Amino acid sequence: MKVLVFIEQRDRKIKSSALEALTLGAKLAGSPKDCAALVVGHQLDDSVVGKLKGYGSDTTYVVDQPELKLYNTVLYAAALEQAIKTFGADLVIGLASPMGRDLLPRLAARLDGAIVSDVTALEGGGGKIQATKPMYAGKVLAKVTLLENAKQFVTIRPNVFKAESLGTGSSTVTKLDIKLPATSLKSVEVRKGANEKVDLTEASRIVSGGRSLASAENFKILNELADVIGATVGASRAAVDSGYAPHDMQVGQTGKTVNPNLYIACGISGSIQHMAGMRTSKVIVAINTDPEAPIFKIATYGIVADLFKAVPLFTTKLKKLLEK
Amino acid sequence: MKILVLVKQTPDTETKIRISANNMGIETDGVKFIANPYDDFAIEEALKIKEKGQAQEVVLLCLGDEKAREPLIKGLAMGADRAILVENAQLTQVDSLGVAKVLAAVVKAEGAGLVLSGKQAIDDDNMHIGPMVGELLNWPHINVVTKIEINGQTARVEREVEGGQVEIYETGLPCVLGAHKSLNTPRYTALQGIMKAKKKPFEVKKVADYGLDAATLVKGQKTILSGFMPPPEKPAGKVFKGDDVENLVEQVVKLLRDEAKVI
Ligand SMILES: Cc1cc2nc3c(=O)[nH]c(=O)nc-3n(C[C@H](O)[C@H](O)[C@H](O)COP(=O)(O)OP(=O)(O)OC[C@H]3O[C@@H](n4cnc5c(N)ncnc54)[C@H](O)[C@@H]3O)c2cc1C
Ligand SMILES: Nc1ncnc2c1ncn2[C@@H]1O[C@H](COP(=O)(O)O)[C@@H](O)[C@H]1O
Repeated sequence: MKVLVFIEQRDRKIKSSALEALTLGAKLAGSPKDCAALVVGHQLDDSVVGKLKGYGSDTTYVVDQPELKLYNTVLYAAALEQAIKTFGADLVIGLASPMGRDLLPRLAARLDGAIVSDVTALEGGGGKIQATKPMYAGKVLAKVTLLENAKQFVTIRPNVFKAESLGTGSSTVTKLDIKLPATSLKSVEVRKGANEKVDLTEASRIVSGGRSLASAENFKILNELADVIGATVGASRAAVDSGYAPHDMQVGQTGKTVNPNLYIACGISGSIQHMAGMRTSKVIVAINTDPEAPIFKIATYGIVADLFKAVPLFTTKLKKLLEK
Repeated sequence: MKILVLVKQTPDTETKIRISANNMGIETDGVKFIANPYDDFAIEEALKIKEKGQAQEVVLLCLGDEKAREPLIKGLAMGADRAILVENAQLTQVDSLGVAKVLAAVVKAEGAGLVLSGKQAIDDDNMHIGPMVGELLNWPHINVVTKIEINGQTARVEREVEGGQVEIYETGLPCVLGAHKSLNTPRYTALQGIMKAKKKPFEVKKVADYGLDAATLVKGQKTILSGFMPPPEKPAGKVFKGDDVENLVEQVVKLLRDEAKVI
C-alpha cells in the first residue's frame, strides 16, 4: 500500500504532530519506498523539510510557490491532488487540525474517496482499513471501515499516535510544479491571537472553579494558574448561577463539552451534569476539601485540600518547572 | 440571492447517549431532536444577510426524517422563508460523501447563491459536509467561520484556527461557509412565531426528485460503519491527603510531568 502523508506547516514551521502522522504512515506502508511526505507552502528549504529525515519515507514532495505561503483550501487541494496522482497513493494521512480537517474532506469528495476524521486508532493495511473515531463528543467510539476500492483518507487526532524516528528512509526532495487553478478564494492574512484565550471546547488545558470560589474576584487565582500553563478558565453551573463567572464559561450538560489534555477542577463536587461535560478529559486533577467528593472517582490525581492554599502552590511550582 | 442553510437533526445536547442493542447507532426512544447547535448560527447569519437586503430568500435544507420537522419549524420561526426535508429513509447508513452528494444536488436545483452550514455536527463530529459540498459544486468553502461581510459578489470571511489565530479570506460568491459559534447570537423564537411558522412552505422530497437514486448512493459509499463501542473506563486515580499541602502539590506536579506527560 502506498501512503502519502500531508505534512502541515505554518510560518515555515512543521507541526510536531505531523511527525506522528509520518511515523504512522511509514508503518502502514511497510517500506520507505511506499511512503511519501508532502509539504506545501513557500520557501520550504532544508531548514523546514529536513526535519522529516529518518521518519521512514524515501520521498518528500515539496510544492513551493509564493501563492501557497498561506493556507488556501482550493490551492492546497490542487497540490495534494497532484501529489496523490504522482505518487499513486492509496492512503492519505493528515492531522485532525484546522488545516487537515478542511483539506482532506475536500479531496475525498474530489476523488470519490473514503474518509474518516479525528481518528484515534487505525488497524489493517494493504487494503481494507478500520479506523476508530470518537463521536458524540467522545461518549461513543465508532469503528469505521474504509473500503479498498477507493482512495482512502484519514485525519488523525494529535497527541494520540507516537512519533518515532525509525532511522530509515532517504527523504529525497522532489519538487512538484503545479499549475494552480484559477479561484476566487484569496487568503488575505493570518491575524495572530494577541493573548486570545482558546475557547473551552478547543482548549487543551482547562482550570475550572466551582461554588466554593465564593466570589468573582476569587477567580483571579484560577486565572493566574491558567496564565502560567496556557489554559482556559471554566466554571461549574453553581459558580455561574451565583454570578462568579459568565455563562460562556460553564462546563457541563447545559454548558460546554470539553476535551482537554488536562482539566484541573478546583472546589467542584463532581455532579453528574458537570462530569457529562468534562469526563473525556485525558488527565483530571481535582482539588477538594471533601475526601468523599464524587469528582475524586474520575480524577487521575486528587488532592484533598483547601483550594485557596493548593491553587497558588500549583501556580508557583508549575511556573518554576516551565521556566526551566 | 437565495441562501440555502444546511440543517441537521441531532439529539438534544442534554441527551444521555446510549448505544443501541445492535451497536450500530444510539437509542433514540424518548430522545428529543434539535437542530445541530452550530446550524442555529448558520440560520441566524442567513437571516442577518437577508435583513441587510443582500439576500431575498432563506431556505432550510435537511436530509433527514420526521424527527427533523420540529427543528426545521423552529428555524422557520426564527425567520427562514421555507424548508426542504429530503427523506433519508433508504439512506440512514450512507456515508458523509453520500449525504454531501444529495445536499449538493438540491443546492444546484434550487440555484442558491450562498450555502451556510454548521462547522460540525455534534453527533458524528465529522466536519465533512461543508468542504464536500463546496467541492462537489466546485465552489470555494471556508469552515469554522467567525465573521462574514458580504460586498456585492464577494465576501470577506474570517475563520478561526488553532491558538486563537484567525485566517482572513476574500472569496467570490457562490461559496459554502460553515458557521462557528462566535459568528453571532441566534435569536429567540417566541411561541407565536412557531404557530406562524407552521403555515410556511414545508416541502418533503425524495432523492429521486433531484435525479439521484438511493440504491446507487448506498452502493457507492466508501466507508461503512462497523459498530459503536463505549469509550474505555479510566483506571482508578491517585488521591493525596495530608497536612503538608505543599508536599501534596509537589507530588502531583511531578506526576503531571513524568507520568501523565501533560506539562
Ligand atoms: C438539568 C440540570 C443541568 C445542569 N447542568 C449543569 C452544567 O452544565 N454544569 C454544571 O457544572 N452543573 C450543572 N448542573 C448543576 C449540578 O447538578 C451541580 O449543582 C453543580 O455542578 C454543582 O457545582 P459545584 O460543584 O461548583 O458546587 P457544589 O456541588 O456545591 O460543590 C462545591 C464543592 O466544593 C468543595 N469545597 C468547598 N470549599 C472548598 C475549598 N475551600 N477548597 C476546596 N474545595 C472546597 C466542597 O467540598 C464541594 O465538593 C445542572 C443541574 C441540572 C438539574
Ligand atoms: N443530513 C444533513 N442534512 C442537512 N445538513 C447537514 C446534514 N448533515 C450535515 N449537515 C450540515 O453539515 C454540517 C457539518 O456536518 P458534519 O460534516 O456531519 O460534521 C452540519 O452542521 C450541517 O449544517
